Amino acid sequence: MAQSDGPTPLERFINGILPENPVYRQMLGLCPTLAVTAAMKPAMTMAAAVLFVLVCANIMVSLIRHLLQPHLRILVFTLTIAVFVTIADRVLAAYVYGMSKALGPYVPLIIVNCIIIARCEICASKQGVLPAIGDAVGQSFGNAVALASVATVREILGKGTWFDLPVMPLTSGDYGWSLMILPPGAFLTLGLLLGLNVHIQTVQARRKREAEKAASTALATSA
Amino acid sequence: MAEEKDPKLEAPLAPAAEAGEKVRLPVVVPTAQLTKRPTGNVLGQAWLVLVLATVFGAGLAGVEYALGPIIAQNRLNETLAQVPSLVPGATQGTADDAVIEGRRVFRALDADGKLVGWVVPGKGQGFADKIELVVGLDAKAETITGLFVLDQKETPALGDNITRADFRGQFVGFGTGVPLDAKRAPRDPGTGTIQALTGATISSDAVCTIVNQTVAAVKAPLAAAASPVAVN
Repeated sequence: MAQSDGPTPLERFINGILPENPVYRQMLGLCPTLAVTAAMKPAMTMAAAVLFVLVCANIMVSLIRHLLQPHLRILVFTLTIAVFVTIADRVLAAYVYGMSKALGPYVPLIIVNCIIIARCEICASKQGVLPAIGDAVGQSFGNAVALASVATVREILGKGTWFDLPVMPLTSGDYGWSLMILPPGAFLTLGLLLGLNVHIQTVQARRKREAEKAASTALATSA
Repeated sequence: MAEEKDPKLEAPLAPAAEAGEKVRLPVVVPTAQLTKRPTGNVLGQAWLVLVLATVFGAGLAGVEYALGPIIAQNRLNETLAQVPSLVPGATQGTADDAVIEGRRVFRALDADGKLVGWVVPGKGQGFADKIELVVGLDAKAETITGLFVLDQKETPALGDNITRADFRGQFVGFGTGVPLDAKRAPRDPGTGTIQALTGATISSDAVCTIVNQTVAAVKAPLAAAASPVAVN
């Protein structure tokens, strides 16, 4: 590898899933997170499209990183991303036509999804192919986890199903909580999940501080 | 005790760093090529963009060449698959060569290949986006025999009820002579009244308008085409 001073592929991979989760920690890619999470199927199709685009774009950018001109790099990133998004869009339309219609404009909009430009800028344009792949897969998994969490809450409460399988008959059919599959449901769910996330972080940090303090006091008294 | 750091001094870190096992700031990798000044003339600076644009463009042309026909077939199949449900007695549909006012009409054929009706696409503005639908007509284009919504982005749980069978079923049996109108009244074929969906007045109106326009555009040509002379 040309540069060994960055995070390793494994670190990049693990960071993407939770410590630097694109949605919950970096607050990137919120537009698709809100728009395609009314049910699990479109959410997971979207996550798969992001995985494909992010892996391809990261590999491509990483391979040409020594040729990049600093003031033209964003242009090259966008060009690269647009190509793979168009391929993903056409493949979906050819082989999963119904899903392609359900996702509507949100597949082409992956081009301007900040998760991918950010990964090209932060990782792929500065590190070799292996860390770039690890980074792309990790971030995509993080994105998929975030989309799945929002979509699970919305689909179960809104339609009583999960991946179209009935799981909660009480909210199925005409008795669904339709607010949850409407746009306000997306904002409510994401807001509450983000709040929960920050709350867990805060509690963990406080417990850790208290444990350290207790340990140091015990050390001081024994000494 | 004097060696211990006061936790308050470390407080203003980002929450992510606070919660993590080891406090680590985002890694910034200094890279020579991202800090150097641009050199060379326009071509010297932009050649990579030009080369990439050409290569990518050629690649996309190849993808479109390979997948374009499949996507077009998907669109066609979507309509053809609906033909048996739109025209009673029909078992298959074929795309008619005739294009009436920009609409590609489909012949609905029974098992013997006899013409039993028509399937005509229609398109118009809904509440959120364009609504695309297909209308089934009998062979003389006198009665509506079915309606199916191919594409819509109406409000979930309100406007998207236009895709439900109980709403679409209202249109079946209406004559093509009377314009349809969505109202807050029970369905009545005599006056062309369709009972509008609750909370979806605009979507209900839009479907009626699209059906009216579609029927008006194709009624006369289809009736002529269905007459014994024209049917081959």
